[in-house]
Amino acid sequence: MTRDKTDFWVGLFVLLGVLALVFLALRAGNMSTFSFAPTYQVHAHFDNLGGLKVRAPVKSSGVVVGRVADIGFDNERYQAVVTFDLEKQFSFPKDTSASILTSGLLGEQYIGLTPGGDDKPLEQGNEITFTQSAVVLEELISKFLYSSADKQGDASSAPAN
Amino acid sequence: MTAPIKAISALGSRVRRDITGLGSSMRLFCALLARSGVALRRPGLVSQQVHFIGNFSLLIIAVSGLFVGFVLGLQGYYTLTRYGSEEALGLLVALSLTRELGPVITALLFAGRAGTSLTAEIGLMKAGEQLAAMEVMAVDPIRRVLVPRFWGGVIAMPVLAAVFSMVGVLGGWIVGVLLIGIDPGVFWSQMQNGVDVIDDVLNGVIKSLVFGVAVTFIALHAGWTAKATPEGVSRATTKTVVSGSLVVLGLDFVLTALMFG
Repeated sequence: MTRDKTDFWVGLFVLLGVLALVFLALRAGNMSTFSFAPTYQVHAHFDNLGGLKVRAPVKSSGVVVGRVADIGFDNERYQAVVTFDLEKQFSFPKDTSASILTSGLLGEQYIGLTPGGDDKPLEQGNEITFTQSAVVLEELISKFLYSSADKQGDASSAPAN
Repeated sequence: MTAPIKAISALGSRVRRDITGLGSSMRLFCALLARSGVALRRPGLVSQQVHFIGNFSLLIIAVSGLFVGFVLGLQGYYTLTRYGSEEALGLLVALSLTRELGPVITALLFAGRAGTSLTAEIGLMKAGEQLAAMEVMAVDPIRRVLVPRFWGGVIAMPVLAAVFSMVGVLGGWIVGVLLIGIDPGVFWSQMQNGVDVIDDVLNGVIKSLVFGVAVTFIALHAGWTAKATPEGVSRATTKTVVSGSLVVLGLDFVLTALMFG
């Protein structure tokens, strides 16, 4: 086989490899969710993050408007600090509230933003003060168990009075 | 009295021989890297080897990938449907392929398909005294024979692993979406939510690159050190498959512990 023909087939082979990688990155991987739109950063304190991870989506009304950039711990307030990038094209009132929600019953966690009524918009470096922590299943169950035990206690002690 | 002493001295000489073998193979590896400049000066030699090692392995790799994808789809569906989460099938198939199966199975097949032919070729060159003849003509056989084959293998291996993973994902899609009837939107979106480009895809490529270096070098070393007899060549070919596969599996454990541990 001539040199030229070999080179052609090798080129085709390498091209196929590149195509396969592009397929894995874009179709199977999360490359297509990388956004290069200009963003601004805001942060918020939460009592409990649950299973929130870096690069988790930030949604408002179900639409992705940004991503979690960093998760840290504030040692003065003993609370978690979440920093997230919001896309510049979306602006929110200053008293917007953030809550950690779960998609589906066992799905991954995301931050939901509920706009407030303030005239001033959130800007770079602002803090979202109204936050709601993740729901921890164990706490819910223990609350439910205690409240049902209380009710039973009331019911059994009621006739005695 | 003499029997135990003989056994001990035999054990000692065996250990010594193995360590010496490791040392001389590292020396060959360094010699190979030091002479790698020829790969840049004469890329034609490397491209010839990529064609021989890569293009000719493409069919077996693609077909194997397709069937591994099929089986992953069927077995994954069977397990996931017990927990009522068959939507996660795409994620299961893609993660298994990009993180583990793609690089590892490709490397095992690569050792069997390309590694053996490299070993046999070099072993026969040695048996036919072609390597000695090159040296007489002042042509460095490491530079002319080993270096292009080494880089050919190192280039071909990640490409083959990527093709394997891609075809496998498509195989999982064929079984999951076309045959079983999982919703295609859920199949792909679960996959995209769970597979990270850097953590999963890039680490898989790094793994396949490491396996490419290891398998190609083992094949070349086995051929280079083969006894110049028909039996020696056949032993060297066996050694390529056996130690190549073992090294790949061992390295995979180490790399997985480092990357995902």
